[in-house]
Amino acid sequence: MLGRLRSLMARFAPGDRLEHELDEELRAHVALRADDLERTGLTRPEAERRARIEFGGHLKFKEEARASAGGVFWETVVQDLRFASRMLRKSRSFTGVAVFTLALTIGANAVVFAALNAFILRPLNVPRAESLYSIHRAKGNSANQSYPDYLDLRDRNRSFEDIAGYDIMEAGLEAGDEPSRTWALAVTGNYFDALGIQPFRGRFFHASDEHGPDSVPYIVLSHACWHARFHDDPGVVGRVVRVNKQPFTVLGVAPQGFNGTLLFFGPDFFVPIVDKHQLWGSKEMEQRNQRGMLFMIFGHLKPGVTPKQAAADLDAISVALEKAYPSEHQHLPLKLERPSLYGEFLGGPMRAFLTGLMLLSTLILLAACANLGSLFAARAADRSRELALRLALGAGRGRVLRQLFTEAVLVSLLGGALGLAGSIVLLRWLASWQPFPRFPLNLPLNPDATVAVAALLLAVASGLLFGAVPVRQVLRTDPYAVIKSGPTSGVGRRLSVRDVLLVAQIAICALLVTSSFVAVRGLVRSLHSPYGFEPSGRMLASAELEMAGYRGETLLPMQRRMVDAMGTIPGVRAVGTTDCVPLSQGDVPGTYVFQQETTDLKRANAVALPLQMVISPDYFRAAGVRLLLGRAFSWHDDKDAPQVAVVNQELARQLFGSEARALGGIFKQRDGTPTQVVGIVEDGKYENLTESTQPALYLPVMQTPASMTWVVVDSDLPPVDVAAAMRLRLRELDPGLPAFIQSWTGAMGLSLFPSRVAAVALGVLGAIAALLSLTGVFGLAAYAVSRRLKELGIRIALGATKREILQATLSRPFRLLALGSAAGLVLGVLASTVLSAVVYQATPRDPLVLAGVVVVMLLVGLLATWIPAQRALSADPLALLREE
Amino acid sequence: MPGEAQLLQGTLDLLILKAVSLGRLHGYGILLRIGQISGQALLVEQGALYPALFRLVRQGLLKASWGTSENNRRAKFYELTATGRSRLRAETAGWNRLATAIASVLAAQPGEA
Repeated sequence: MLGRLRSLMARFAPGDRLEHELDEELRAHVALRADDLERTGLTRPEAERRARIEFGGHLKFKEEARASAGGVFWETVVQDLRFASRMLRKSRSFTGVAVFTLALTIGANAVVFAALNAFILRPLNVPRAESLYSIHRAKGNSANQSYPDYLDLRDRNRSFEDIAGYDIMEAGLEAGDEPSRTWALAVTGNYFDALGIQPFRGRFFHASDEHGPDSVPYIVLSHACWHARFHDDPGVVGRVVRVNKQPFTVLGVAPQGFNGTLLFFGPDFFVPIVDKHQLWGSKEMEQRNQRGMLFMIFGHLKPGVTPKQAAADLDAISVALEKAYPSEHQHLPLKLERPSLYGEFLGGPMRAFLTGLMLLSTLILLAACANLGSLFAARAADRSRELALRLALGAGRGRVLRQLFTEAVLVSLLGGALGLAGSIVLLRWLASWQPFPRFPLNLPLNPDATVAVAALLLAVASGLLFGAVPVRQVLRTDPYAVIKSGPTSGVGRRLSVRDVLLVAQIAICALLVTSSFVAVRGLVRSLHSPYGFEPSGRMLASAELEMAGYRGETLLPMQRRMVDAMGTIPGVRAVGTTDCVPLSQGDVPGTYVFQQETTDLKRANAVALPLQMVISPDYFRAAGVRLLLGRAFSWHDDKDAPQVAVVNQELARQLFGSEARALGGIFKQRDGTPTQVVGIVEDGKYENLTESTQPALYLPVMQTPASMTWVVVDSDLPPVDVAAAMRLRLRELDPGLPAFIQSWTGAMGLSLFPSRVAAVALGVLGAIAALLSLTGVFGLAAYAVSRRLKELGIRIALGATKREILQATLSRPFRLLALGSAAGLVLGVLASTVLSAVVYQATPRDPLVLAGVVVVMLLVGLLATWIPAQRALSADPLALLREE
Repeated sequence: MPGEAQLLQGTLDLLILKAVSLGRLHGYGILLRIGQISGQALLVEQGALYPALFRLVRQGLLKASWGTSENNRRAKFYELTATGRSRLRAETAGWNRLATAIASVLAAQPGEA
């Protein structure tokens, strides 16, 4: 490799030719001088010898002459590189340790940077992403809008070029084979045009294609779906497929890398939202309510319009809508955010977490540099004879330093390249990672040029950084003193730069260990916290019945058959259904309720905004929700019976002031139906683990039909067996029903995902940091021991106890360790406030966390000083004296 | 060495230019010429010469070519370029002004100022 490099360099520099001429000229000079001397009567050999001596330090002049001739920069670089690689090959273990440390830390940095780049820094993969904004409520960040509200906002605003919107739906897709469950974006007709996306194949649908409900029988495939399910079939355009049993024509394929405007999520296809009724039996098209059918709406701002102005414009429309539709539309102030992470909802915590992680991994890199700086300084000390010799032979100090820097940068580049390669493998794997069988996770983590450049810059910067540590040492070297007496010795008593570096490094390690402990403890606690239901031992089967052709009157009988069929599985204790399983899919639909006396049923008069779940009679038993007062539903609470409901404690309080008064109390549903509370259940977590207590309303599926059906099965059997039995029963009921079976704890993976990722990321960084401080403390202790070995031997000979010896050698490393750990612990406690936004129940005020950190740091100290301590204790005075 | 004057910083270039202006010379010859015309008062360190020669070549004041010495050795010969010649004139004038100024300062007697 170096050979090729050299031939490349030769093109830049006159190099060898110059060298040759210089040699020849100096030779001529000496010969001419010898001729003169010979003429004075000396013999030829004597004359030549004299001439050479007179000429003096040949090398130095050559060096200087070369420098004044100029154009030798590259030549020197090549020479330095050659020498550096020779030196590094000579001390393999040193090189190995340095390269490994750097590969680890630079790799970690590259991965974290790639995540930061993918989610925060890089704009969304659409044209003119900088002017693309989504519209959120100022309070709570929610972005959903009803379709009529969307139309008004779109048509009456003066700030946006256009406003488009979408909803996320599950759909059964048949392309000549079995129906498979897919994810679709139901999008407004202007979706692609508003984003400015061009089709990869075929064409897109446009606003002009919409002619009222169910008027556009077209879908557009995502590139990934076209690749995976249609095997890159070029003739796919024009093909008829079935979506939820309805025939649709494939109109086109979206370009590669376009996955809608929401990171994390990759849809299979795009379908016009006006077909929502036909596909999902949705009747929301005309409803104007707050929890509307559009998941999010967004658009490009017109040039010159600021987000604030646009929000004010939209607010004015919303106020007007409230005047026009007082019972349906309530004005809530709006704000503009970025669509890629659902505005600040995910964007805020993600930014805080990733920035924190980036900071931590940079700190780790700094710690590694501190470590390597010490290593290089020690190596420079070991090589002081060589360096002194080179200085004595006339090498300039600058030249020697340049050589040392070349070595450092070569090591860091090797480490950086290795780390980058490792991170690319890891990132590729992460990008295709699908931890949730039901949710198409899309992490745009594929490493790009930015990541590679960042990694290499980091590598060079760290090389220069740790290469600079021995500079002072070299500059102070007195070549004659070193060659005469060997390396200068003298143990520094004052706090040296090395000590400060070590303390900083230990503090970083302790900080990371604290953070990862806090995250892991939070995760563990959130797995065992009261959810208000009991997920363990519960299996879920989910099916969208309308997707399989069940409508209206046929829905309930099918649900009952499903419950009964599951009940026949031996070992099953209870079976229930719900239209929405808590903590498994994100949003639980909401509604609003009124007091009995309220007659003006507008939203502003609502007494509570509960989440609504539609359940079968045995759901509470099957899901392990504790019934506190009253009764659950029975199959007799049907259409002909009076409307009944079960509420949780929070809703009972909001509706009637107390739980006791709520039982038997009557309230009005959104449509005004008077409903009696027949039971009260415990509060729980519904949408995510970090939410505060929310009111919840349970309605019987017999009185409020629901298409989405989650069958909850409680049993003692191993999950695999239950799942198999459930699948069999469902196939017997209806072989064409696309159902998905999983454990409830598995389904909760999505809720626990952020905590898990945080715990793993911090854990890995913590482990790297622990490893670094281990080697750092080890280096210091070993160095201290080897410096004082002779003294220790004499002390042992004079009868010093083991304790005294250990105290003499290890008190300093341990003091530094204690200092660093304390600083890190304090920092870690402070940093955990950021963590609590990501990890549920993350708190550093936890004796177990604090104790754990102290134990880990002690272990690091013990492990790191074990070998040096052994060496100190076994110092043999006789052997040492003999060595002199 | 008695009678040997220290070379002032920057004067080596001037001496080389002057020596070469008297005729095409190789490196060793330049040394001899400087010694000879200064009456052995100025001795240039042998090795210091070459960095200076390279510098002057790079600045375009000298040009070098290979040739044969009087005793038949292959050596590199240096001669002045046009720029070298005008530089020599300018530097000589500058040096003379400086030398006169310094000489008159040193010759000053008390009460003269």
